[in-house]
Amino acid sequence: MHLTREEESIYNGGQGPTLQKMMEILVALGDIYDAQKLIPVKSAQIAGVSYKTMGDAGLQWVEDLDGKVKIPAVLNPAGMDRLAFAEMGIGASFAEKQERLLKAYEKLGIRPECTCTPYYLERPRFGDHLAWSESSAVCFANSVLGARTNREGGPSALAAALLGKTPYYGLHITENRYPTVTVKVKEPLHGSEYGALGYVAGKEIGDGIPIFSLKTTPTEDELKHLGAALAASGAVALFHVLHVTPEQYILPPDKQEKEAQYLESEDDWQTPTRFFLPREKIEVDVRAVKALAHQQASPDIIALGCPHASKEELEEIVRLLRGRHVKKETWVCTGRTLGERNPELIAALRRSGVRVYYDTCMVVSPAANRFKRMMVNSGKALKYTPSMCGVDAVLASTEECIETACRGD
Amino acid sequence: MKVKGHTVSKGQATGPALVSKDAISFLGGVDPTTGVVIEKGHALFGKSVKGAVLVFPGGKGSTVGSYLIYQLKKNGVAPAAMINLRAEPIVAVGAIISGIPMVDRLEKNPVETIADGQTVTVDGTAGEIEVR
Repeated sequence: MHLTREEESIYNGGQGPTLQKMMEILVALGDIYDAQKLIPVKSAQIAGVSYKTMGDAGLQWVEDLDGKVKIPAVLNPAGMDRLAFAEMGIGASFAEKQERLLKAYEKLGIRPECTCTPYYLERPRFGDHLAWSESSAVCFANSVLGARTNREGGPSALAAALLGKTPYYGLHITENRYPTVTVKVKEPLHGSEYGALGYVAGKEIGDGIPIFSLKTTPTEDELKHLGAALAASGAVALFHVLHVTPEQYILPPDKQEKEAQYLESEDDWQTPTRFFLPREKIEVDVRAVKALAHQQASPDIIALGCPHASKEELEEIVRLLRGRHVKKETWVCTGRTLGERNPELIAALRRSGVRVYYDTCMVVSPAANRFKRMMVNSGKALKYTPSMCGVDAVLASTEECIETACRGD
Repeated sequence: MKVKGHTVSKGQATGPALVSKDAISFLGGVDPTTGVVIEKGHALFGKSVKGAVLVFPGGKGSTVGSYLIYQLKKNGVAPAAMINLRAEPIVAVGAIISGIPMVDRLEKNPVETIADGQTVTVDGTAGEIEVR
């Protein structure tokens, strides 16, 4: 990999041991992935934040670093709400370690906003290069916004934040963003069914780049849930949706003649443009997707906000509650800044007995471990909570979740 | 015998080779307090990586594994050096943040040509090893 004179000097320790280590990380990754150079990035989102996963080793590593970030940087969710940890049942020793870890990141100039939806804070623009960690945020930024980021590990995202750069490989390069597999869904989908679609299709897609042909136009929140589940169940970091996402019109020059196909007679689509639809196809079993998305069960907790809830999702939950009080433990997780910008929504949720938690979520906090069966509206949470929290998880629509919470059965 | 390869993590160290034909997951696969491999069915099950030149195809599993390598180092039970067929990010980053010399892409397949117990010097800075 080619380094500029300044980068070379940092690599050799010219700006101290922390930046030297950080440059070594970027150079090693660049070599692994055959990058030719480093490129500037606009922002970083850093994993390795929950003390539950980092432990004392990770804490010690972050505390040993010395430097200041060169670009705006935020954090992944932590293991607890920084203020309401006692209410969550988090012990004092865990809380103390978690705070130390957040303080150590803050000392590096990182904004201690712990969220998996950093795009609600500042929305990246089409074509922006980023260094983000959290798999659903990576998928959203690449797919829905047309920004460009690989899925960074904690140390490499931190290195990008402290140096303002990342190796130029993978999804930063246009040629690597073309779809590799066509996924057809022949019936309309709604709400949690998109998360279920991601859960089902992700396993088959693996680390491919799918382009979906859908019968319905998903909302931004539905795209968020689709991507989050694709990333959790497979290792998808970029997906396209025909007629919806911003990069679907890209045709790889060498494949224009050979592989581009006309969309099969889809009369309901108005634009008879030529699209690049890979020959490799997956036909989704819609009945299985719908069955997965509407499970019935008697949970002891209902947990929403994975990924962190948007303002629109908070509004929907308030609307569905209709002022009723929940009869079961009900959580809504979102980002602290988003919550503080919408105090009336948060107040309405709390009046209904819903516990609103910031900075964390049901997947990364040990607080969810004490429950047995969790009802969620997220394909990602369905995938992760059984192994991360030891609960049975069932997926349902947001409406079914709220009705279950209010009925108390 | 010197064998050329590529730098992953700088520095130099010598130790007895410990060779694994299986990939290693440092999260859940190695006890961070003892350095003993605890993954059932693993080629190195029950053996300690402490002080060894650990030769293995590459890493697998969670990215948190990088921090587990750092924890091994802080606990004094880390490998002296590491050699991979082809490095992947988890182990490469773990080696760098822990200051463990590491090389990959050697001219000769190290998993097949190095035997357990041979004394190996890894020169991560030069990107080569010497087997005695």
